[in-house]
Amino acid sequence: MAMVAGEIESLIREGIPGADVTIEDLRGDGDHYLAVVVSEAFRGKSRVQQHQMVYEALRGRMGNELHALALQTSAPQD
Amino acid sequence: MSENPVFAQIKQEVDDNDVVLFMKGTPMFPQCGFSAAVVQALSLMGVKFKGINVLDDMEIREGIKAYANWPTIPQLYVKGEFVGGCDIVREMYETGELKQLLDEKGIENAA
Repeated sequence: MAMVAGEIESLIREGIPGADVTIEDLRGDGDHYLAVVVSEAFRGKSRVQQHQMVYEALRGRMGNELHALALQTSAPQD
Repeated sequence: MSENPVFAQIKQEVDDNDVVLFMKGTPMFPQCGFSAAVVQALSLMGVKFKGINVLDDMEIREGIKAYANWPTIPQLYVKGEFVGGCDIVREMYETGELKQLLDEKGIENAA
């Protein structure tokens, strides 16, 4: 089961308020996405913690409906 | 969570082996592109690691996700500590942070 990009984007925004989210459909097949998430909430957190926050926001979909979501997370640069 | 019996088995593996990769397929024959990418990074760095094929064991396959609170496979562990999945390992490989981590932990590598 694939998810549409807009759905992924709104779940992440909902879970991490104020996050800047960009979704790219890597193969144009609606199944392999890249999410670039920039949020102040990531500051001071390890990459593992940052990705866990995104997975949390996706509420169990990652690894299920969503098989291939590459993640790039960071805090905003000054 | 801690009463999950598979956790003890996972802990044993990551304690007994310096570098462990939970993956789909084997290091020789990865069965998923993400697992293959991590195998490739470790191989390029000349790191010895133990590959555990989660496709062989449904309990480990599900248990490992809860163990690290991480929903996907592959998962890389160094000296018992969860390092990350494919994206993180790839990023750390490219920035040199992976080598730094291995050096800090005293893991032999040729990078």
